[in-house]
Amino acid sequence: MSATPQARSSDAPILKVTDLGVDFWVDGTWYPAAIGMNYEVRPGEVLAIVGESGSGKSSSSMALLGLLPPNGRVTGSIRLKGRELAGLPLNKLRNVRGKDVAVIFQEPMTAMNPVYTIGFQIVEALRTQLSMSPTEAKDRAIELLTMVEMPSPESTFNKYPHQLSGGQRQRAMIAMSISCDPVLLIADEPTTALDVTVQAEILDLMRNLRTRLNSAIVLITHDMGVVADLADNIIVMKDGVIVESGTVEGVFSDPQHPYTQQLLAAVPHLGTGEAIVTEALLEAEKTNAAPVLSLKDVVIEYPKHGRIPAFRAVDGVNLDIYPGEVVGLVGESGSGKTTIGRASIGLIPIHEGSLSINGRDISSATDKEMRAHRRYTGIVFQDPGSSLNPRMPIGQSIGEPILLAREAKGKDLDRRVEQLLDEVELPRSFRNRYPHELSGGQRQRVGIARALALRPPVLIADEPTSALDVSVQARFLDLLQELQAQLQFACLFISHDLAVVDVLAHRIAVMHKGKLVEQGTKEEILRNPKDPYTQRLIAAVPLPDPVAQRERRANRSTSRG
Amino acid sequence: MSNFYGVGVPPEDPEKRDKEDSIKREELATEVSEHAPSDQLEERVENAIELKEIEGLSQGRIVFRRFVRHTGAMISLTVLFLVVVLAFSSIGIDALGLHLRGWWKWEYTLPHNIVNGAHPTLSLIPQWLGGSGISLGDHPFGQDEVGHDTFAQVMRGMQQSLMILFVVGLVSTAVGTIIGAVAGYFRGRLDQLLMRLTDVVIIVPLILLAAVIGRTFQNSGSFLLAVVLGLLIWTSLARLVRGEVLTLREREFVDAAKVAGASSWRIMFRHILPNAIGVIIVSATLTMSAAILLETGLSFLGFGVQFPDVSLGKLISDYSASFNTRPWLFWWPGSFIVIIALSINFIGDGLRDAFDPRQKRLLNRSARAAKSAAREKAANAGA
Repeated sequence: MSATPQARSSDAPILKVTDLGVDFWVDGTWYPAAIGMNYEVRPGEVLAIVGESGSGKSSSSMALLGLLPPNGRVTGSIRLKGRELAGLPLNKLRNVRGKDVAVIFQEPMTAMNPVYTIGFQIVEALRTQLSMSPTEAKDRAIELLTMVEMPSPESTFNKYPHQLSGGQRQRAMIAMSISCDPVLLIADEPTTALDVTVQAEILDLMRNLRTRLNSAIVLITHDMGVVADLADNIIVMKDGVIVESGTVEGVFSDPQHPYTQQLLAAVPHLGTGEAIVTEALLEAEKTNAAPVLSLKDVVIEYPKHGRIPAFRAVDGVNLDIYPGEVVGLVGESGSGKTTIGRASIGLIPIHEGSLSINGRDISSATDKEMRAHRRYTGIVFQDPGSSLNPRMPIGQSIGEPILLAREAKGKDLDRRVEQLLDEVELPRSFRNRYPHELSGGQRQRVGIARALALRPPVLIADEPTSALDVSVQARFLDLLQELQAQLQFACLFISHDLAVVDVLAHRIAVMHKGKLVEQGTKEEILRNPKDPYTQRLIAAVPLPDPVAQRERRANRSTSRG
Repeated sequence: MSNFYGVGVPPEDPEKRDKEDSIKREELATEVSEHAPSDQLEERVENAIELKEIEGLSQGRIVFRRFVRHTGAMISLTVLFLVVVLAFSSIGIDALGLHLRGWWKWEYTLPHNIVNGAHPTLSLIPQWLGGSGISLGDHPFGQDEVGHDTFAQVMRGMQQSLMILFVVGLVSTAVGTIIGAVAGYFRGRLDQLLMRLTDVVIIVPLILLAAVIGRTFQNSGSFLLAVVLGLLIWTSLARLVRGEVLTLREREFVDAAKVAGASSWRIMFRHILPNAIGVIIVSATLTMSAAILLETGLSFLGFGVQFPDVSLGKLISDYSASFNTRPWLFWWPGSFIVIIALSINFIGDGLRDAFDPRQKRLLNRSARAAKSAAREKAANAGA
């Protein structure tokens, strides 16, 4: 596949939605989730529905199949190949599901049944919709697995979901959903749970399939890069209303609605970030200061557990971070980057090598020494939902490090907590709130406030934005940059998203399978990557620009031969 | 027609609504914070209510406030308090070297002359309704066939049962929680050791062990019996708490507390156990109800509270035969057991709800109104 064939045929639309409204009955009133939506999708066309969480993009699409919770209702008309779906009784709708319309879910691990083999689940889907003999169905299932480019489809047929990697699971999920040649595919954030390199493969696969099957695809996503890569048309949703729609090229080059402009501006573009050079860093360079965090030949192993042998998660890593410097650590999931982050604050013991913070070796520190030493590091965790104690008010969570370091208590502590809340731009009254009352972005701000409570010289940020929407992410990164300029701390920023790292970091280190394959300044890594893995990683990042992305894709496929 | 498809899919909308209004709140929050802290400071001095809203509250104080607002728990607490006062003031205290006489005229140990055919003399129907007027009479709860005053006996029984109940509840909850938390948090060899110990306690028949120990300490009074019972029935709670701690210790907030410099004990008691409080309280209330029954069983076998002393359970089992002839001997202690058990369960409910920040329904209407007014005020002040 060299370039996308623009399959914008003059066929009748497969899906025509007019005046679609979705409401939910909560506490005695109807809350609208989607209002007056109109769109159509033609065969071979990809329509992307874009919006933040809570904008109604998922619930309006699930409404197409009648997959709403019992307190939801649908108004308006949904026509699939001219046949009205809204108001169809359940038994007729069941024939539509799977056969005419199929769904690819976000998380293949939870969407597949863990106690049945992949093959069994595909055969089941085939035999309920089409009358087939078991052997026919099996042949067809293997054919489908071959079609989705699954490595060794025959043996995969008998595997269970947990035996496959994330990308392979998503392939199996796609194989299942296209098993009955659906005319419409709904893909609900199909690549969000995957690494960039795997994401690129899945996007390639979906592009191939749509030309081969000539079915229409509705793509629900919040990732502008994915939209630019795959979609023909785009709908932007905000608060349940379509604010803008048009072709991808049109909307990306000339967004009309302010919200679309804001959304596009919030997407970090690779190679445009400008890290703030702090005074501390300049001074450190001038005086040749010692690194605040230094890893020398660090090896980290997860010990043998029963029959499972010891696992070497990090192998011989050398990394220095100087005062005031932001180092981005990128890599795929399972590459050991989070392990390094956790070892740096002493949560995981290191097996070999030495790790020093502020000039002191902590690789063999006792628990007591470690506790005294923890004030020199802070960490922002990945999942803001789980990193705050749900039974503790925010103020107490933030104040805990200060209280335990015996720096302040009582009224003094109150004042420090207020100051910290001001710094992360949260109202002071939030201190009596519980974590569940806050949004994801706010929780992550609380996470920063807690990490910075003792003014540590080193901050470890472990994928702090991976759970946030683009615009919230942009605001969060701004705040982090402001705080860094103000407090001059050094930061190890761990992320799988190169574009995010690009916004903040001075230097970038790339990890692959527990080893540090390349490190250097941002320009060196992004413009002139030397290691083949880094090159692949950078090439796999989808650009949030349809024209540039098409060129890149063409380059990539020619380079692959 | 709420939904013509009606297909069970995990409900997503309350969460979404939550998210939506929290986004709105975030917008509001940024608005508020844009108006710098300096003028906020002045306003705070002016406005005492706002000061209260901003004042930092510890977890304990918030939980206490929520508990006090829980109507059911407050009523039950009052009832329980009145019952305790009635039990201890009426026939006095005779324990720990204290000999205080109560206001009730009869002793529970001695038989008295039979009055009114041993029927209860308590009358609650006023004269103008055709009754004999409100009066206690000589023996308001009646008498048994020998002439023991039932009121005095029930009061003494309550003293014993309440004491056993609380001591058993306290001892077993404390032991079970600590052993479960330590085993679950430290894991490894300590966990193995503690869980095998638990297994040993579980496999020994409770009644048998209690009987042997009860016999040994028969003369030391029922306080010791209660402590011993408490030391025997903590096992199920320990198992439950261990399971809960095993899942909670893997959550990131535990790591966050570790990074903040918290000791293992602080993590266990301040971070993990408040999250396991639901399990602990439900189990503790069930244990307390079970303690009454266990004590009854022991007394019935002759190892628990011994004649002439009485407990509520013993009264019921002693007089179960006279249910048809003298039902009051059965009804009075029975209804007090029900009152005590119900109050404890409601108090437990209140505590559990107070610890759970997601529980909103216990905020009564006036509290909710006050809260929204305060929030509006904050918003106005910011705008």
